[in-house]
Amino acid sequence: MSADQIISQYPAEYAKFADALPGQSVAWLKLLRQDAAQQFSAHGFPSLREEAWRYTNVSAIEKKLFSPATSTEIGAIDIDSLNQHLLADAWSVVLVDGHFSASLSMLDGVPDSVTVMNMANALEQKSELLESYFSQAVAAKEHGFVAFNTAWFSDGLFLHVPAKQVLTRPIQILHVVTQAGFMANTRDIIVLEESAEAKVLETFVGCEEAYCSAAVMEVSLAQNADLTLYKLQMEGEKAYHFGGTYVKQARDSRFTHHNFAFGGLLARNDIHTDLNQAAECDLNGLYLGIKRQHIDNHTRINHLQPHAISHELYKGVLNQRAKGVFQGRVLVAEQAQKTDSMMNNRNLLLSDDAEVDTKPQLEIYADDVKCAHGVTVGQLDEQSIFYLQSRCVDKQTARNMLTFAFANEMVEKIKLADLHDQVLEQLLIRFPQVGIQHDWL
Amino acid sequence: MLSIENLHVNVGDKPILKGLNLQIKAGEVHAIMGPNGAGKSTLSHVLSGKSGYTVTAGNVTYQGENLLDLEPDERARKGVFLAFQYPVEIPGVSNIYLMKAALNAIRKHKGLPEVDAMDFLTLVKDKVKLLEMDEKFLYRSVNEGFSGGEKKRNEILQAAILEPSLCILDETDSGLDIDALKVVAAGVNSLRAEDRSFLMITHYQRLLDYIKPDIVHVLADGKIVKSGGPELALELEAKGYRWVEEQVA
Repeated sequence: MSADQIISQYPAEYAKFADALPGQSVAWLKLLRQDAAQQFSAHGFPSLREEAWRYTNVSAIEKKLFSPATSTEIGAIDIDSLNQHLLADAWSVVLVDGHFSASLSMLDGVPDSVTVMNMANALEQKSELLESYFSQAVAAKEHGFVAFNTAWFSDGLFLHVPAKQVLTRPIQILHVVTQAGFMANTRDIIVLEESAEAKVLETFVGCEEAYCSAAVMEVSLAQNADLTLYKLQMEGEKAYHFGGTYVKQARDSRFTHHNFAFGGLLARNDIHTDLNQAAECDLNGLYLGIKRQHIDNHTRINHLQPHAISHELYKGVLNQRAKGVFQGRVLVAEQAQKTDSMMNNRNLLLSDDAEVDTKPQLEIYADDVKCAHGVTVGQLDEQSIFYLQSRCVDKQTARNMLTFAFANEMVEKIKLADLHDQVLEQLLIRFPQVGIQHDWL
Repeated sequence: MLSIENLHVNVGDKPILKGLNLQIKAGEVHAIMGPNGAGKSTLSHVLSGKSGYTVTAGNVTYQGENLLDLEPDERARKGVFLAFQYPVEIPGVSNIYLMKAALNAIRKHKGLPEVDAMDFLTLVKDKVKLLEMDEKFLYRSVNEGFSGGEKKRNEILQAAILEPSLCILDETDSGLDIDALKVVAAGVNSLRAEDRSFLMITHYQRLLDYIKPDIVHVLADGKIVKSGGPELALELEAKGYRWVEEQVA
């Protein structure tokens, strides 16, 4: 490859829109953006040669050249269909094509001490506070999507919950992409101060044409803070999705994640968390692949200090020609004694052409730890099918029930009733061919 | 009710049952005893239709029909019930849902309307008391996290609700302490009826102190080698399986 060869057409295209990006007057951000743009220009989107990307080929994104939306056309949105994705009892921030829509969002009654605002506004009003969290949990050099996101994000959410404040309602970030060829590129920062508690839901939806949605979230949990984060990814079936959640957990903090990856032609999700002393993380995932979907899950848990606990359970159900990927990495640093870590990935392949690549990795440098990991890839259990048959259930229905039960375990973990019903509905919609029925519920 | 003639069954190439004959009339309670490896569990699996067994010869007729032609779920709908030696845990399928689905499948087969939700709950709670179970087990996943004793009670609970014509108890007593055994036995005894037959497969004579069989058979090396009244079980207990095997040899 010659030195002057352009490896990505994106930097030139995005340079045209640079003046419209938020935070023009924020010096520290300008530097970060410049640095990230250089980083991206040098390396482009991740390639299969990178270990963390060896199962996921994103070259189609490079070929298609998705452009940022410069204005939001609210008229193009079907408000009714948007409302069905909103939780009934939540504060909401709606991002249309990567831009905040005040009219669609609902933030009435947020306590004065709590900051919930879109990123463009936050950069105007709270840039000093933001500076201490921006690019702290993840740097542009992490990989091409993070660099790209840092250089050209158009908006996002900033949530700051002060010490001891417990949010009484969940906060929902609804990402919508309305038009073919668009790139929605957003950045979220969530900060929970000492002993604060919050529940946040990210929902991703979009049109039926090809588009790209890339969202990077940085989370900072102070001592004893508690965040439950749900992600419901229901992108359109031709969409490309990249999501990255990067978490820094101070001592005794708790992070619970529920990741439902249902949509998109190609979807990739990264979750990284750094655990300090006695911090706890609980990562739950369910990926459902049908048709030719490719769904990649990448998690990294860093046990940096003693007594931290990590639990991870990811389940995949893959049908037709779908492909799933699970790469889970747990690192236990030398001083992280008494680490308690459990990682599990279970996959159900429902057709001969479905495929999964799963790779759990443990890297342990401490000597007094409890670490376990397990992976299963398989079909339904014949003993269970026979047991159900012996209880009058025909073989096909028995298979359907077991498939549903396998996936539903992850749905049952959802503690928000409204969201639970939404996710269940998605499960039923996405697996009509396995005959899942409402009356089992 | 059930007629087994000259039944030969292989697992892979290995013959397990080697010409087994057994006649069970309506209302009778039969016990099959035998040493480990005699083919007891194979018999219960073949009768309930589990895959992995090849019938190389013989017939099994149940209520005038060739039982071996039927799928496991068809057998169940027609009144054959197997209480498993090792009940299977089915995470995510609720116990009460499965019982209701099974009962309704049987009712549909009989041309009866589906059971009303309230009536079903009344029926189930009644049976739960009989087996001295905690109602919370109804709402848990099938057998998931149940102790050995709870699993066995749950099997008999299902039998009590489904009211089978032929109830096969595969080592229902093994792994139970004496108190649990008494409860399970009382549950089984309450099910005894003129139109219902039992086939109890057991390794231990102890069960027969609590469920009195009409006929006791000894299964050894794939065949019934001796049949008799309840006193045969006591004789076996006193003399051991060796005694039968020596008599046959």
